[in-house]
Amino acid sequence: MSPRPGFVLETDRSTPPTLMWNGEKFGLQQLPTGSRIVYAPEPFDALNDPEGAIRDALNHPTGESEPLHALLHAGMKLTICFDDISLPLPPMVAPDIRQMVIEAVLDQAAAAGVDDVVLIAALALHRRMTEPELRHALGNRVYDAFAPNGQLLQHDAEDPENLLFIGETPHGEEVEINKRAAESDLLVYVNINLVAMDGGHKSVATGLASYRSLRHHHNPKTMTHSKSFMHAPSSELHSANWRMGRLIKDSGIKIFQIETTLNTDTFPSNFSFLQKREWEWTLRDRAAYAASSSALSLAPTKLARNILQGIRAPHALRSVYAGEVEAVHEKILEDVWAQQGVRVEGQTDIVTMGLPYISPYNVNSILNPILVACLGLGYFFNMYRGKPVVREGGVAIMFHPTQPEFHPGHHPSYIDFFEQVLTQTTDPEVMHKEFEEAFATDPWYIHLYRTGHAYHGVHPFYMWYWCSHAMEHLGRVIIVGGDPKSVRRMGFHPASTLDDALEMAKDVVGPSPTLTHLHNPPLFMADVQ
Amino acid sequence: MKALRMERRPTRFVAAYLASTFGSGRGAGVGPLRLGDGPSPRDLGPGWTPVTPLLAGICGSDLATVDGRASRSFESIVSFPFIPGHEIVALAERAGIDAHGQAFEAGTRIAIQPVLGCAARGLALCRFCQAGEVGRCGNLAHGHLRPGLQTGYCADTGGGWSDGPLMAHQSQIFVVPEVLTDDEAVMVEPMACALHAALRCPIDVTDTVAVIGAGTLGLGVIGALNFLSDAYGLARPHKIIVGAKYSHQQRSAKDLGATDVVEPKQLDRAVRAAVHAGSMGFSGHLGELSGGANVTFDCVGSADSIAQALRITAPGGRIVLVGMPGKISVDLAPLWRREIELIGAYAYGVEQLGDVSIPTFDLAFEFVVAKGLGNLVSARYPIDRFEEALAHAGQAGSRGATKIVFESSRSTKHRKDDA
Repeated sequence: MSPRPGFVLETDRSTPPTLMWNGEKFGLQQLPTGSRIVYAPEPFDALNDPEGAIRDALNHPTGESEPLHALLHAGMKLTICFDDISLPLPPMVAPDIRQMVIEAVLDQAAAAGVDDVVLIAALALHRRMTEPELRHALGNRVYDAFAPNGQLLQHDAEDPENLLFIGETPHGEEVEINKRAAESDLLVYVNINLVAMDGGHKSVATGLASYRSLRHHHNPKTMTHSKSFMHAPSSELHSANWRMGRLIKDSGIKIFQIETTLNTDTFPSNFSFLQKREWEWTLRDRAAYAASSSALSLAPTKLARNILQGIRAPHALRSVYAGEVEAVHEKILEDVWAQQGVRVEGQTDIVTMGLPYISPYNVNSILNPILVACLGLGYFFNMYRGKPVVREGGVAIMFHPTQPEFHPGHHPSYIDFFEQVLTQTTDPEVMHKEFEEAFATDPWYIHLYRTGHAYHGVHPFYMWYWCSHAMEHLGRVIIVGGDPKSVRRMGFHPASTLDDALEMAKDVVGPSPTLTHLHNPPLFMADVQ
Repeated sequence: MKALRMERRPTRFVAAYLASTFGSGRGAGVGPLRLGDGPSPRDLGPGWTPVTPLLAGICGSDLATVDGRASRSFESIVSFPFIPGHEIVALAERAGIDAHGQAFEAGTRIAIQPVLGCAARGLALCRFCQAGEVGRCGNLAHGHLRPGLQTGYCADTGGGWSDGPLMAHQSQIFVVPEVLTDDEAVMVEPMACALHAALRCPIDVTDTVAVIGAGTLGLGVIGALNFLSDAYGLARPHKIIVGAKYSHQQRSAKDLGATDVVEPKQLDRAVRAAVHAGSMGFSGHLGELSGGANVTFDCVGSADSIAQALRITAPGGRIVLVGMPGKISVDLAPLWRREIELIGAYAYGVEQLGDVSIPTFDLAFEFVVAKGLGNLVSARYPIDRFEEALAHAGQAGSRGATKIVFESSRSTKHRKDDA
């Protein structure tokens, strides 16, 4: 039976309560009668022969590109860059798709006699990956072959010796990327397209860039004018990356782009009820729900976090294309939308979202309050094409504990951002002008980014900027169950229950609001008509 | 004469100590402090003038005494029974001569500089008193007075927490300028302490200064650093970063010239960011900073505050201990390794501002007017309500207050020329 598409359920009195994520916990929440619930499409089937599909993509490139083997020759300098720990979510079961693609590329490189090969994790300003994380992404064979020889690197956006200034776009955007990658005879980029904004020119122009370069599009203006990030023609973030990408291409840097899509099979069998429609839960699903929700509720947060962060998604390769960046990305986007698109008729007054324990920036870490805001308002809100699910001036109700808890090793500048910036302003423009540079150039943050496993000092600003469009669009943001002090500090409103939140929302949207719940994850993108 | 008196009763000190575990100032109800009628201080002879308190403040050292938590190092320089209260604005009961040798009339308002040094004790001036460093006097237990480091700790002089006269020596008497309100005048003594502390180590215009605590002394130090720059041209530090717990303290700190005000637990991070230092650790947890503040004023004086000062003061920097510590346990290894200077700051005397020598109290008169520090007086109580007053003072921060004072019915709240 082919997987069913996503759909919109209108609740009535017989509709069972819906699953609602709440950080490291989840529960069942009854929504008002007449509410809409948007369900993701069921996961597409995995490819029967992923290795064969990868080989086929490398040998039959998309767009104006020769096959990979024709681009490889002895004596050349080859650099293979790959997406970092932020993708996919949750991390997938081994073998990771990056490992499968990179092994195929290395096989061809070896056959062509290429010796000078370096792998680079395209971190941008994300934290450096740990050895276990690298081993998981690349597999032990690749790790052990490259890491001991210094041929497995992690992009360092603060190493002036290893950055190369490429030039400026017609819009005055400076482009500065990893020197080794830029000076290679061939740059192979291995991507995972979890959502529609991933990939394309963003892979190199963002993933291998420096702060000098990134600040041209990671700013409030660009973010406010990206409606949404997931819809390229309406995304200024996309446009800026495309201008930079074309400059990189015109500078003579040769890129062989390999993009992949995974299906949305997000949870392993013992948690599979999380991606099912509630009225279709079997007895086993109900038992699994009862056991896991009780256990997570009773467990200390740290233990619950460890349990959930240990989940490995059974994501499977759905498609792979290789070749010229833009042509590859165009094909990939079609597949992403085919897997994740859900048609939604009209906007709503109130949108509700249960925020889970994980976002791209807290894998094996803590979803701190800034990342809570970013996950809800930066990601889930922006998972649309056309118009946001919620109308302008509407209300977003999110579920999350929003405790003021931070991972000091991963998010040190977030702590200062929370204490020193958000206590002064929540306005992205104001903080961009008054605080960003000090954080971006702070030597301690730079030190921790370069030598530890810390996100760059400027990163919390970027996370806040991601929320710009939503914050401008919405009339109110309410967090159910959120720590009141943290929630208020971010300019949002805390509520104890959904009923309380709905009462508070009525002050903004009127007495008989429409409500739409985003049943997410698995990820989907709303095609709002 | 009705007064609050401290008696040497060990069991009551123990009771006060135990009661104070429920909150600072709680020792008042069960401790050795008693309200009652008793004899007025005897006339102490030539140079002494009886004065009647208008307002008398409650300071941290008073609370420590009431709660039985004061350092035992004071035992030899205190005599019982004594009437507490050393932050005093009073009316002279008869004409006399002030510390500048100027005559004053009966009914003149005076502020008392409470240190009972050599002059008050009828002794030849020790080298410290000769130099105007009266707070350092080594004769606090000698001479014709019984021991007492200050008025308010001496059995012979009386103290401010009374409705009757206390005795003030000529060397202690500073006539309050007419322009000062009573509230401003009662702030002169603590603000003299703050000025003296601010002058205990030189400041450079490039310096980052950290201030731990924003009670009376903390706010005073912040204001003093700015006042000394405004009025006397001393260097204004590049940054004054303050750890202030309560919102009213944070507002006052800003008003008095702090450049950055944060919650106390955020002070380490704020100093680190301001000086672009790192942490000695790699984990992202802040421990000792790799750099830090050039000067840290610890206006709390607890083990935690001193430990914090040692973390956030730059190697080779200085810590000025303004708040009164007792017997505490602190790891001083950072002081040793980072070669930090720990500087005490007690009381006042004569300050040297360039070529000018000026008594700290005279400087404080200017300071309290210039910065409007009478506003720091948050509540007045008659001494009959001493338990409430001391409880309020003990919880001043959490109750939105800064300085709590005892008042007499003769005190006014306004300037003479106000309606």
